[in-house]
Amino acid sequence: MSDQEDILSTAADWLAAGETVALATVVETWGSSPRPAGSQLAVTASGRLAGSVSGGCIEGAVAEAARRSMADGQPQLLDFGISDERAWEVGLACGGKLKVFVEKLDAAA
Amino acid sequence: MKAGFLARLRAARTAGRPVAVLTRLSDGAQHLHPEDELPAALAEAAREALANDAARSLTEEGVSWFVQPYNPPLRLIVVGAVHIAQALVPMAAGLGYAVTVVDPRRAFATEERFGAAVTLVGDWPDEAMQGLAPDSRTAVVTLTHDPKLDDPALEVALRSPAFYVGALGSRRTHAKRLARLAEAGLSEAETARIAAPVGLAIGAVTAPEIALSIMAEIVARRRGAEIGRLRGAEIGKPREAAPAP
Repeated sequence: MSDQEDILSTAADWLAAGETVALATVVETWGSSPRPAGSQLAVTASGRLAGSVSGGCIEGAVAEAARRSMADGQPQLLDFGISDERAWEVGLACGGKLKVFVEKLDAAA
Repeated sequence: MKAGFLARLRAARTAGRPVAVLTRLSDGAQHLHPEDELPAALAEAAREALANDAARSLTEEGVSWFVQPYNPPLRLIVVGAVHIAQALVPMAAGLGYAVTVVDPRRAFATEERFGAAVTLVGDWPDEAMQGLAPDSRTAVVTLTHDPKLDDPALEVALRSPAFYVGALGSRRTHAKRLARLAEAGLSEAETARIAAPVGLAIGAVTAPEIALSIMAEIVARRRGAEIGRLRGAEIGKPREAAPAP
């Protein structure tokens, strides 16, 4: 899909321009999640966004989590739409559940 | 993801090679299939993800992996650099298709009419089509209205694994076309694959509307949607047949 390519290209361009960049990828979905596994969102420390991992419901929370990965370099696996005592209170209005993997793009190497 | 890995991934994509990224979810370690050597189960998962064109996760020996396939883009081959093609090309490109327009008539197939994002081929359609070699990720649509141009392209397309073959023209035009293709040696099973009259019956009138109906049909075919051409034909019944509003 050119969709993927555009996000990777955008992320690579941002990285080349000296931005700090993280990539979020939907890795698993249950029920009526709006975007399939493999959907990607690129985020910069300066607040730029490209792509999507939902219909807009969780992008804010993912971007917030991405900031942490950008700061400490550690990847994260986030759960959304699970109605228990998880830290992630942001739910999906559609009733879907999904997992999002967040990783920093490491400019070195 | 390391910048070096991203560069390898992008190089493969630019070269049109199908690749898959395998990510270990515990620590973000990554491999590129088929370039990196992988345990058999992971390589198999990568092949499967590419074949289904769908990302998947799996647990192998207690370790969770995510497999992301990166197939080359779907292709759309448009025969006839006509007005409808000018509407169809940007629409298809926006949907992620790599678009090629075939037309030996130099006045039509110009960059001025189609922009730089599309590949223009000025060869005769049968030659052009053999060169382009439609595969199972290719849709072909003929728009010239001219049997000299459409028919040779259809002959190649119908003998290829293209997932969609559509031809512009009325039912009467299509009946004549079927007769000609039969005479050229194509079987009934082969010609039955032609989507004609082309596009979903949404009552399209203008060139962009016709382009939309064609793209909708291509997407429906690609995704295996139940909305078929027959059901579309029902939706598109003449106005007077519909109940009064």
